[in-house]
Amino acid sequence: MSADFVISALVTIVGVSTPILLAATGELVVEKAGVLNLGVEGMMLIGAVTAFAVTLSTFNPWLGVACAAAAGLGSSLLFGLLVLWLGSNQVATGLALAIFGIGLSSLVGTSYVGMIIPRFTSIFPDALARDPFWRVVFGYSPLVYFALATIFGVGWLLKRTRPGLVLRAVGENDLSAHSIGYPVLPIRLAAVAFGGAMSGIAGSYFSMVITPLWAEQMTAGRGWIALALVVFGGWRAARLLSGAYFFGILMTLELYAKASGFSLLPSQFWAAMPYLAAVAVLAVISSREGRGGEAPACLGRPFLPNG
Amino acid sequence: MRIRFEKRPEPSRTMQLLTPIASVLLTMLLGIAIFDLLDFDGPRAVKEIFLTPILASYKWQDVAAKAAPLILIALGLSLANQAKVWNIGAEGQYITGALAGAAVAFATSGASGSWVVVLMLLAGVAGGAAWAAIPALLKVRFKVNEVLSTLMLVYVALQLLSYLITGPWKDPNGHNFPQTAPFTAAQQLPRLLPGTPIPPGLAIAIVLTLVFWGVAKKSIYGFEVRAIGAAPDAARYGGFDLARTTWSTLLISGGMAGLAGILEAASQLGQINLGFPSGYGFTAIIVSFLGRLHPVGVFVAGIVLAVTYVGGQVAQTVVHVPNATGGIFQALMLFLILASDILVRYRIRFARGGGADPEAVR
Repeated sequence: MSADFVISALVTIVGVSTPILLAATGELVVEKAGVLNLGVEGMMLIGAVTAFAVTLSTFNPWLGVACAAAAGLGSSLLFGLLVLWLGSNQVATGLALAIFGIGLSSLVGTSYVGMIIPRFTSIFPDALARDPFWRVVFGYSPLVYFALATIFGVGWLLKRTRPGLVLRAVGENDLSAHSIGYPVLPIRLAAVAFGGAMSGIAGSYFSMVITPLWAEQMTAGRGWIALALVVFGGWRAARLLSGAYFFGILMTLELYAKASGFSLLPSQFWAAMPYLAAVAVLAVISSREGRGGEAPACLGRPFLPNG
Repeated sequence: MRIRFEKRPEPSRTMQLLTPIASVLLTMLLGIAIFDLLDFDGPRAVKEIFLTPILASYKWQDVAAKAAPLILIALGLSLANQAKVWNIGAEGQYITGALAGAAVAFATSGASGSWVVVLMLLAGVAGGAAWAAIPALLKVRFKVNEVLSTLMLVYVALQLLSYLITGPWKDPNGHNFPQTAPFTAAQQLPRLLPGTPIPPGLAIAIVLTLVFWGVAKKSIYGFEVRAIGAAPDAARYGGFDLARTTWSTLLISGGMAGLAGILEAASQLGQINLGFPSGYGFTAIIVSFLGRLHPVGVFVAGIVLAVTYVGGQVAQTVVHVPNATGGIFQALMLFLILASDILVRYRIRFARGGGADPEAVR
């Protein structure tokens, strides 16, 4: 195995891991607050089409990403208001958001099919970003570094700070958090909004970095993998990060199996692995109770304080 | 002026009936607005999606063919939902059901006689139920949240399908397309019941709607499922077995999805190809909510959603909107029905001033 091959494999793994890491980081915060938003795939697509449209008309990729975040956030507020203030079923509302995002992005995107924008690549000087070796560190889109910074930030926030503690309290025991005076619903809405923004940014990675164009359903189910990743990570930031790269390796193996046509196992095996791994981890952590790191106690349960 | 929600002692029956109808009508209005905003012909698109399939009699067969799987899957899901068991992986069970039926077809290739297709249908039910048995086992044994496990297994089933039709089951005469060999005459049901415009799937759906209705209304099992959904602790105290209900509702809803899958393969498609997983399993979740988990409601809601499927295809050719557009309407409908749920359980009061209302209960 040549060094070139190893470097290019590493670059691919980081690349495919980034969008699921971004979306899963957002969903981790949402679920830690006790809300299950299954609409990640839809919010990602809304982000992807927004990023493309804005970059196409302004030639400013940073603005494209910012608008993708805003669009993802906006769509998540729709979910948040229904689920939090009207107490609607979270599973069904999340699915509705997923279906809505898939449909809306296709409709909005019809006029963009076949167009192309400049790729949102590394901001480091070419000497580093294109160096056969150093590209493994410097050769990525700014979104890759943003994803890493965010998961470290979220991990620190959840574990070491007071707002993080309050967020976890709201997700573990909403009644107690409410009775000591924390505004449960606004805190949950803020978490949902953060998750929406992160999903929007994750979506922008597809239309700006992976392939700088718009195609219907271009996220190709990665939103569901992000949900699996939160489960696989056992609702912990550190495990989520390593899980993202593990899933990235599986997805890269799938790509190689598809491209080369022959491999140890069929490409579908690698594609199914993240989900099987998530179910296996779920079984392990659900069976040992009270050891920390398992699902937030209030996950998916509505909370209606009064009125 | 303050708005208060006051819990009703009993869910309102009027609202249960009115809100789904209002949701569908409001969906049309919102749809017009969204399409107009995006520079499409809104009124025309809504007309093609909601009215053309109903008014044009040559579209009725299409609607019936699409309604059948939606109704079959949603009947099972509604039962599970009543017990607060959330099977959202019907799409996966729909796929494994079809695969199990196809496995029987390929194992008995060359055989003739009507027992072949009957065996395929039974295998379909078993295949769907088996896929749902995994989350059931995980939930009962390890307390695994079935929302997550059923959802994850959808994507495993999709890969299994893709593997089989591009690998071992690929049609040798299929010009390298990812599809199975076409089923033989003995392995197929007719597209329509002979002498009628009714697909066999819809006939089965009608019969099973009545069966589910009877079970819900008359049987102890129907009562048990509702009791466990409404008050699990009280139901357990009353001697009902939670684990047994988890098993039975997941197996039944999986079996129904599997039946829908093999019916689609053996009657509408005549083979299994990459386009086979068309999202019926997810749309059926909308059907079960729009039908308010009632078998007859589910039947009507299944037809409404089938109309949007067929109408979406009409709009695609007439108004030039992408096919996924139908999804916008389906999602809006689900949003509205979920939001309006609060009107069923609560009464809205407009109170002057901010004074506490002693009658208000949370």
